[in-house]
Amino acid sequence: MAKIDLIVRRAKLDGQDVDVFVSEGKIAEVKPSAETLEAGDAVVEEAFGLTLLPSMTDVHVHLREPGFEYKEDVESGLRAAAWGGFSNIMCMANTKPVNDNGAVTEFMLDKARKHWPDGPRLFPIGALTKGLQGKELAPMGELAEAGCAAFSNDGVPVESTKIFRLAVEYASDWDRVVIDHCEDPYLGVAAGVNEGEVSSRLGLPGQPDVAEAMQVARDILLAEYLDLPIHLAHISCRRSADLIRFAKSRGVKISAETTPHYLTMTENILEAEATEFDALAKVNPPLRTEDDRQAMIEALNDGTIDCLATDHAPHAGYEKETEFDVAPCGITGLDTALSVTWGLVRDGVLTREAFLRAWTTAPCGIFKLPVNAFKPGDPADFFLFDEDEDWTVSPATLHSKGKNTPLLGSVLKGRVKTHFIAGKKVV
Amino acid sequence: MKWLHKDLLDVSRLSKAEVMAIFETAGRFQELQERPVKKVPTLKGRSVVLFFAEPSTRTKTSFDVAGKRLSADTFSLAKSSSSLTKGESLKDTALTLQAMAPDAIVIRHWCSGAARFMADRLDCSVINAGDGRHAHPTQALLDSFTLHQEWGDLSGRTILILGDIAHSRVARSNVILLNMLGAKVRLCGPRTLLPPAVRNWPVEVYSDLDEAVRGVDAVMCLRLQLERQKDGLLPDLREYARTYGLGMKHVELANPDVRIMHPGPLNRGVEISSELADTANSLILDQVASGVVVRMALLFLYMTRKGEE
Repeated sequence: MAKIDLIVRRAKLDGQDVDVFVSEGKIAEVKPSAETLEAGDAVVEEAFGLTLLPSMTDVHVHLREPGFEYKEDVESGLRAAAWGGFSNIMCMANTKPVNDNGAVTEFMLDKARKHWPDGPRLFPIGALTKGLQGKELAPMGELAEAGCAAFSNDGVPVESTKIFRLAVEYASDWDRVVIDHCEDPYLGVAAGVNEGEVSSRLGLPGQPDVAEAMQVARDILLAEYLDLPIHLAHISCRRSADLIRFAKSRGVKISAETTPHYLTMTENILEAEATEFDALAKVNPPLRTEDDRQAMIEALNDGTIDCLATDHAPHAGYEKETEFDVAPCGITGLDTALSVTWGLVRDGVLTREAFLRAWTTAPCGIFKLPVNAFKPGDPADFFLFDEDEDWTVSPATLHSKGKNTPLLGSVLKGRVKTHFIAGKKVV
Repeated sequence: MKWLHKDLLDVSRLSKAEVMAIFETAGRFQELQERPVKKVPTLKGRSVVLFFAEPSTRTKTSFDVAGKRLSADTFSLAKSSSSLTKGESLKDTALTLQAMAPDAIVIRHWCSGAARFMADRLDCSVINAGDGRHAHPTQALLDSFTLHQEWGDLSGRTILILGDIAHSRVARSNVILLNMLGAKVRLCGPRTLLPPAVRNWPVEVYSDLDEAVRGVDAVMCLRLQLERQKDGLLPDLREYARTYGLGMKHVELANPDVRIMHPGPLNRGVEISSELADTANSLILDQVASGVVVRMALLFLYMTRKGEE
């Protein structure tokens, strides 16, 4: 047996008290806690019965650097990830300059290495088209070589189906998956509110759910035709989930993510007395109906939707404290995702299996990232979690620079106490 | 009645009793209109800022006249003369106005929710003079007051709102208020100009104007914004006028005493025929007169609310 560097004692893993043995950054063994322990030279971390969970992977965040460091930067984004329970994060390309060349990718990775040498690991997502313009393919070979784990035009969907097809084909040459932000560019104005009852009453131009579902249908047909994978970003509505379920039944190489806010919030937040017209709840795709929320939970539990992602979209306070029409879309999410989704597990809404699959094995499988399933040889990425600790969401308790969440003021349950990535303590 | 509300953001926050109190107060101010000196010292020393970030003639003038007749000092701030054109945020505009300690701010803004945004940040009363497509409570109140003057009770009356409902804050506030007052509301317009979820509103929806107007007691025409054609919502204005323009023939189909209303400004020959706008059935100028007294009532009630004199 290899030399043990770290032992985490008496952690609660799926109801059982266990000791975790780590060697050279990898899991060596996980076994029921023994009364006595021969630790040798190993560092011993006493867990005192805290919950042990594998680190999570977020395949959809916006770190804003370079270009918008006042909203977030690589350092602050990774800090939020570390405290949020994430060992792997994938960051979108809509920076300034856009991440459509190797130099930008390398800049991001240098920043990550400098500030967080032991992780969380950063996996940039390269632009699908130059400048996110939707006209010419980005140099995906160069981007892949520089370290991009996937390609996407997120936020600026590719209007031309022809260009999108070419991008999916070309990305496959570099063994990378394309992530599509599904929004018909003609029907789908980034209104930040669902088209329906609430938008009609409030007099806000809304985005219909079919704007998303039509693009989902396009992508399914293309993926089937090309026999190539496409990953669908932040799915928000039942129509899309039904299409994805149908596609999977046909064996189409489609994968999909949804976010904690589509599992827990609806459009009604925008006409509640305290939060009417609150731009903190403005997000794209918009918060949908209660039926859509239920559909997201069903789809996550039955595996139709493969994984969770935060779509962490930090903005400066003044950008959101403005008229609803004027405010940018987006909710900050790295800090709150774990508490929110673990709350669904605790309430019996989301199965523990679905939670683990959605935050760990599924996203890592789709994008070929390191994953810990507590098997020998897995990366020693895990955290100790106090399930019962209450914390109030406030600017002071969020590690991200982005304080833009409709959860401000809410009391959430569960906090990360210690986080190990590849056997090294990062928080 | 002790007035408890700080702000008037939409009619939905009012009770029927409060609406009646506004009408009663407005009715008392009507007498003032007949006097040679149309001014009382009720709000002497109080200040009202008229913050119109969107162009307006009649609403702004109406509030200005209303304030001055109550001896309040009124100050105008238009978008063109405000720092909004220099890129100042609405929050900073709100805080700047706050620092000047006005007693009330009347706001018109192109964004739905802008009045609520200001009300959350200002200590003084905020009166919504139209926010985006959301609400225009003072217009709805003056419309109902005008009908109240004609008929007394509105319950059992059928009122048709005609035209571009989707983009109309006037229609949204009127649907709420007319229902509150017991009237039956019909809406008529092309599908492209109806709100997406209109089927769940407390209204009957028509696409055929001849059918919609049959037996109604009043028709409220809405102004058609001519740029809707450029947005692709209409093929052309001629077809709109032919299909949804209110004309003399519709008076025959409606209740013989049908009242014709329009919040102005009118596009004669588009949403309403020119001759109909000038007939005895028309209450369009009565609406303007009602506007002044209703706004006087609102300024009075909101600026002398509980906790103040």
